[in-house]
Amino acid sequence: MFAARLPKRLPRPLPLLRRSVSSTPCRRSDALFVHRDTPYNNPKIPFEFTAENMKRAQEIISHYPPQYKKAATIPLLDLGQRQNKGWTSISVMNYVAKLLEMPPMRVYEVATFYTMFNREPIGENFVQVCTTTPCMLRGSYDILDTVCSHLGGIKPGDTTKDGKFTVIEVECQGACSNAPMIVVNDDFYEDLTPETTKKVLSAFAKGEKPKPGPQSGRHTSENSAGLTALTYHTQPYGPGEFCQPEFQ
Amino acid sequence: MLRLVSSASKPASTGILTKVVPSSCSTLGGRRTIASTSARQADITLTVDGKEVTVPQGSALIQACEAAGATIPRFCYHDRLAIAGNCRMCLVEVERSPKPVASCAMPAMPGAKVFTNTPLVHEAREGVMEFLLANHPLDCPICDQGGECDLQDQSMRYGADRTRFHEITGKRAVEDKDLGPLVKTSMNRCIQCTRCVRFANEVAGVEELGTTGRGNDMQIGMYVEKTMDSELSGNIVDLCPVGALTSKPYAFHARPWELKHTDSIDVMDAVGSNIRVDSRGTTVMRVQPRPNDDVNEEWISDKTRYAYDGLRFQRLTTPLVKQGDRFVAASWEDALTAVANGLAKSGAQGDEIQAVAGHLADTEAMVALKDLINRLGSDNLTLDAVGGHAAPVHAVDVRSNYLFNATVPGVQEADVILLVGSNPRHEAAVLNSRIRKSWLHTPLEIGLIGERIDTAYGYDYLGADAKAVADFVAGKGEFAQKFKAAKKPLIIVGSAVVEHPDGAAVFNALAKYVEQNKSTLLTPEWNGFGVLQRVASRAAAYDIGFVPSKKASTTKPKFIYLLNADEVDPKSIPQDAFVVYQGHHGDLGAQLADVCLPAAAYTEKSTTWVNTEGRTQLGRAAVPPPGASREDWKIIRALSEIVGNPLPYDDVLNLRDRMWEISPSLVRYDVTERTSVETALAGLKTMAVGTAKATVSGKAFTKPINNFYQTDPISRASVTMAQCTRAFVKGENYGFSELSSASEAAYA
Ligand code: SF4
Ligand code: FES
Ligand code: FES
Repeated sequence: MFAARLPKRLPRPLPLLRRSVSSTPCRRSDALFVHRDTPYNNPKIPFEFTAENMKRAQEIISHYPPQYKKAATIPLLDLGQRQNKGWTSISVMNYVAKLLEMPPMRVYEVATFYTMFNREPIGENFVQVCTTTPCMLRGSYDILDTVCSHLGGIKPGDTTKDGKFTVIEVECQGACSNAPMIVVNDDFYEDLTPETTKKVLSAFAKGEKPKPGPQSGRHTSENSAGLTALTYHTQPYGPGEFCQPEFQ
Repeated sequence: MLRLVSSASKPASTGILTKVVPSSCSTLGGRRTIASTSARQADITLTVDGKEVTVPQGSALIQACEAAGATIPRFCYHDRLAIAGNCRMCLVEVERSPKPVASCAMPAMPGAKVFTNTPLVHEAREGVMEFLLANHPLDCPICDQGGECDLQDQSMRYGADRTRFHEITGKRAVEDKDLGPLVKTSMNRCIQCTRCVRFANEVAGVEELGTTGRGNDMQIGMYVEKTMDSELSGNIVDLCPVGALTSKPYAFHARPWELKHTDSIDVMDAVGSNIRVDSRGTTVMRVQPRPNDDVNEEWISDKTRYAYDGLRFQRLTTPLVKQGDRFVAASWEDALTAVANGLAKSGAQGDEIQAVAGHLADTEAMVALKDLINRLGSDNLTLDAVGGHAAPVHAVDVRSNYLFNATVPGVQEADVILLVGSNPRHEAAVLNSRIRKSWLHTPLEIGLIGERIDTAYGYDYLGADAKAVADFVAGKGEFAQKFKAAKKPLIIVGSAVVEHPDGAAVFNALAKYVEQNKSTLLTPEWNGFGVLQRVASRAAAYDIGFVPSKKASTTKPKFIYLLNADEVDPKSIPQDAFVVYQGHHGDLGAQLADVCLPAAAYTEKSTTWVNTEGRTQLGRAAVPPPGASREDWKIIRALSEIVGNPLPYDDVLNLRDRMWEISPSLVRYDVTERTSVETALAGLKTMAVGTAKATVSGKAFTKPINNFYQTDPISRASVTMAQCTRAFVKGENYGFSELSSASEAAYA
């Protein structure tokens, strides 16, 4: 996360004449870990599960013994986040706390711990660009730059003006074999080049949903140069074939 | 983090409708998971630095090391809190373990070989220290913790002697939280030991404090803007090993090495918490707790800790005599003569001479005053309480009738507790934390009769008045059945019940109930009936028999001597009576007086205090009394001379001999004495006989303390306590948005 930002911030050597005494910039993380009331996010905004989600919530709660209801915090927060346009507002957290009969602070602790709970509103499409080492080696910064410039020159963490896209940098999504990759909403788009990235984003901008998976045409993470092993036989061995006679 | 507090935030199952849900947190009402700490088993033996030690099985390694005399540095470990194991300062080397081991989180194993003083351990500590300091501002010169900071001390002792810190990006910056008027925060200094979080959740019952964020960004706070509303919040200042949480009223006032420490006893409630008064010159700079496992463990309430600034304001520093409608300063001689003249002129004879002992009257002064009044031929010894002019309904001949017989540590042995007309949270805050502790970790059941209150634990609500007591005694209801079946049941009667019109009926019913159920309630090991006093002087007053005779209680007084009495109803004082006030603050009592005699406050005199359990403890003078004020008993002794009836003691030792004559328990310090079963039964019999004719009016019990922060002249004069009243009692916004506080209330 910092890798992208730090180099740009390296302070230039200070001119000798001007001596700024306390020159340490304070280091802030990108998210705030306290809640501030805003018109769009305050505890007065009501939130409640829809009837359908409520049924799911009950189902989830029923997986745990009644005195350990709070084990359902994470799935319920996720459910709430999905219902609440992809972000977890303070009302969602309070509601989950009430539903699970636990102090709200315990829910805030969970929601602030996991970065996948967005505590600020996001755009319609949530674009997460992986920039961890394998993706980085395969050119993920180009992908990041493409995404940002394609969406009108926004910066990671920003939402486009029309509210259609939010872009963030994320750590490894576990799809390294298809690096570089981005996640849009719940789907992985892999094996990207700047061109295919633009294509994917344009499709989303039009309200379509491109086919998830590798965009290079290869099947999952098979070798793109074709099979190099297991090519001798066109067919898998049958049972007992090539075995010692006694095992045939 | 979640794991740590999981035992404190109890999940709840639905059902049990009678459970009362205290307003602060909706989960309290539910069932809690009870920690299944295995019963203590055999001892185990291990070797620490070549020394063999034997510790009980289940002890942490750090305890074993301590037992072997090896000091282990630590930040997060605290023996009265759950174990977190997140600071890593306590690393030690254990044989055959590939890495150093966090000794606080590691159980001691039989036969283990532990080393606390090897190069590996030194290097490990140095490394941990370096990491802790990487994000710690080096602002010791402007930090209030300086001089008593664990981080400072341990970095001197275990840290590296040079820095390798050259991060151009600087240190982490964390925004300060507003926890209210008592606790000042400087969160840059926090080392995330989570002691404060564990204390708030486990002991104080404030489940709103927690950790947000993760890794480098983890911070302590409430996430939403909120003050920490707890009567024990000041303790997190002591717990914080660094200067992240410091005392707001004390901020930048003194450095620890300038302070003189005096061990003393607190008088803000009847628990008799052990305190250390820190003074500089003639001023009390702060009050700190002193550990005493039998009384306050290591905690004190916020009133105890922060009301000390009231000792500087509104003091009476010189004798005052009323002339017309003004008080005029006088010499001691003139003032005492004015009292003697007033006594003569009022024409008071016998029981018309009344003495009133207030909340903060010390035992020595009450003994002297009682002796003086008795010598003047009066038995009119009144207590400064509602109905204090008559002998209390529970009778005071036997100590167990008015003491908290189960004792403060004994509360944790009880398996069912019935609270009658009492709110321990405000009347004995430290005791309340014991009940909470027991409630969290054992299957303790609690029932409450009286006004509904927020107790920090769940309870069965049985009703509001004497009828509920009658129902309970009759065995009606589920709780009464549970109580009968319990092995160590405990009845806690609030001190306000005596003051209630139905008090007699309640005591009558309960006395009979205890007699009937003496197999569980009254055994040689357990006395499950007790009155929880809320006033520091009350138990001692009963001990010395500071109660009126029957005849005296109906006599209209002509001469009234108010000894620290500041709660008196002005209407109860006849217009033509001559009133003397002796005390340290110009509060209500002084306003009513014709002569004011300035006396010493509890930090300025070495006197005896008897707490609600009947534990006699000796307070000590930390600073001299201001101006012309004098120790209380000396004033009374001087007055006795002037009214021509000198008391026979010239120094405090003689006075204590006199106290020994009255009751030897008054000079046996720091212990509680159990009343024998026979005596206790006899006491209950007197109680039952004395209240046999009581009738029930059905008036609901009300809590005697509505504002925890202002209950006596000292706390009423305190600016800090006034701020607390504004922030916590009146709920006035203390620097946070209306929006968030209002909506939080909706979720409470
Ligand atoms: S504020 Fe103090 S007690 Fe609380 S976690 Fe930080 S260092 Fe520990
Ligand atoms: S590094 Fe990008 S998915 Fe693993
Ligand atoms: S004291 Fe052991 S880890 Fe903190």
